Amino acid sequence: MVEPTAALEPVHLRPKVAERPAQGEAAASQANVAMSVEGLSAFYGKFKAIEDVSLSFDRQNVTAIIGPSGCGKSTLLRCLNRLHEIIPNARAVGKVMMDGQNIYAPGMNAVLLRRKVGMVFQKPNPFPSMSIYDNAASGLKLAGRVPKDHLDEVVERSLRQAALWNEVKDKLKQSAFNLSGGQQQRLCIARAIAVQPEIVLMDEPASALDPISTLKIEDLMVELRKDYTIIIVTHNLQQAARVSDRTAFLLGGEDRIGHLIEYAPTKEMFTNPKDDRTEQYITGRFG
Amino acid sequence: MAGQSPRRQWWAGRQMGIAAIPPMPQRRVGGMNVRGDAIFRSVLAVFAAIILVIIGLMLVMVVTQSSEAWRKFGLGFITGTEWAPPFSKFGALPYIYGTVITSVIALMLAAPIGVGCAVFIIEFAPAWLRSPVSFMVELLAAVPSVVFGLWGIFVFAPWMRNGPDKFLVSHFSFIPLFKGPTFGLGVLSAGIILAIIIVPYITSVTREVMLLTPTNQREGMLALGATRWEVIRYVILPFARSGIVGGSILALGRALGETMAVTMIIGNRAQIKPSLFAQGATMSSVIANEFAEAATTLYTSSLIAIALLLLVVALIMNVLGRLLVWSVARSR
Repeated sequence: MVEPTAALEPVHLRPKVAERPAQGEAAASQANVAMSVEGLSAFYGKFKAIEDVSLSFDRQNVTAIIGPSGCGKSTLLRCLNRLHEIIPNARAVGKVMMDGQNIYAPGMNAVLLRRKVGMVFQKPNPFPSMSIYDNAASGLKLAGRVPKDHLDEVVERSLRQAALWNEVKDKLKQSAFNLSGGQQQRLCIARAIAVQPEIVLMDEPASALDPISTLKIEDLMVELRKDYTIIIVTHNLQQAARVSDRTAFLLGGEDRIGHLIEYAPTKEMFTNPKDDRTEQYITGRFG
Repeated sequence: MAGQSPRRQWWAGRQMGIAAIPPMPQRRVGGMNVRGDAIFRSVLAVFAAIILVIIGLMLVMVVTQSSEAWRKFGLGFITGTEWAPPFSKFGALPYIYGTVITSVIALMLAAPIGVGCAVFIIEFAPAWLRSPVSFMVELLAAVPSVVFGLWGIFVFAPWMRNGPDKFLVSHFSFIPLFKGPTFGLGVLSAGIILAIIIVPYITSVTREVMLLTPTNQREGMLALGATRWEVIRYVILPFARSGIVGGSILALGRALGETMAVTMIIGNRAQIKPSLFAQGATMSSVIANEFAEAATTLYTSSLIAIALLLLVVALIMNVLGRLLVWSVARSR
């Protein structure tokens, strides 16, 4: 990418380093990278959904992935915890590096990966057969036998972190289905962070919620950013601008194959996009 | 204005302020429909009534025709353990026992196999194997039970006698359930054949329900780092609970009434023995075996009384099953 001219943008918005991490970047900045994607393409059968996407996600940052419908942003997200591959005939090619290992290398265990990379879905999906408590504890129970008092502690901590504790502390044994949509989504966030993952993926986590619940989720993301690396897919540009540190813009071409068009600090992208297509998209001229 | 419908013409005329407009033409089709509906409704009502009448007549027949046996033996007919036509002694307990024990064995064997098969089809079978396996399961349900009976008596029973029965007797005969002698023909063999007959019912109902498991539930569990088994254990089985119970009840109903295969394999002896290898008889098998030789009215009446009991047992099972499905569905 070409460096933006200094005259066009305020100094405090200038990036300190080149935005697209070049190969062989200094080890010092690698330490700050939670996950990096290198030349990733994803397929549904013969259809290629995204092609040659490369970007890296910084630790304790919120990264937003934006783009019009069908550009492959959810597919990209689902490649990061290898959930993409559970769809029949779906596969991904390329590298996704985490803790120095390629998660797509042969012999890598997707189950263990998913314990380190949690996910929150578009539609709240608490488990209907479980109570609120059991929902929050479900990830831990999968990971192995946990003493009851430790479980209580983790459930309380994660519900507090998800800003839900005060609303549910008196009805932990009730079915999670009695909660409102926004509460259910926060419960799903609590469930995801209870196992203390390194990264939390969020696939349009607020798009099925009312505006107040949406704001709560957004506040939560900013709060969670202190402890976790968050990657969020959203079609809500204001949301991306409000919560994220960096934004990646994906766009499907004529052939409907999604490409990464631009990846930059959010403020920079929204004030001074480098690519014409980014500018057109964020100013609402298509998508 | 030519070519327009009468309604259109009427409307156009009205817009133009033409005086003395006749009332809007009725939709001919609509008028027909109202009358057609009434006819259709009454025809359907007759069909529905036929079913009710048949059930009603059957109940009346079974109750009145069995009255002689009930008058003679009272409740002793149900608790009596002796069935001796030459001495005009008729007690149905061995048959009730036979029906219940064979059905219970069948359900205990068929439920895990049927559910396991459904899970395999849904979760593990590669796509190309899915429909052949489902088809074979459905095919199993289409095999006439007399074929199972024939296979049971010539192939399965001898194999049981020389294989599993022998093994169980020689190693576990200290348990009364597995006490010899073994004939191959008996309660256990009948139960196993019944299990084979009812497996498809459990599998297809369970599979249908499992197919409806919401994707977001499965993905939610997988995203937490669940293994395949854990997805089955925590998402699919809880979701399919009502289907499993419903399918099992359906299967149990089939097992309780199944006649031909059981009659051929169970050995047909009115006795209650603790051993699963003992020969027995069921309510349906005794009817099938003895209806032709029932010479006295009391004998006939006793057989019909057994038919009534079978009906009652099946009804009770059905009601219990429905309650179970209902409570399971509600607790979700």
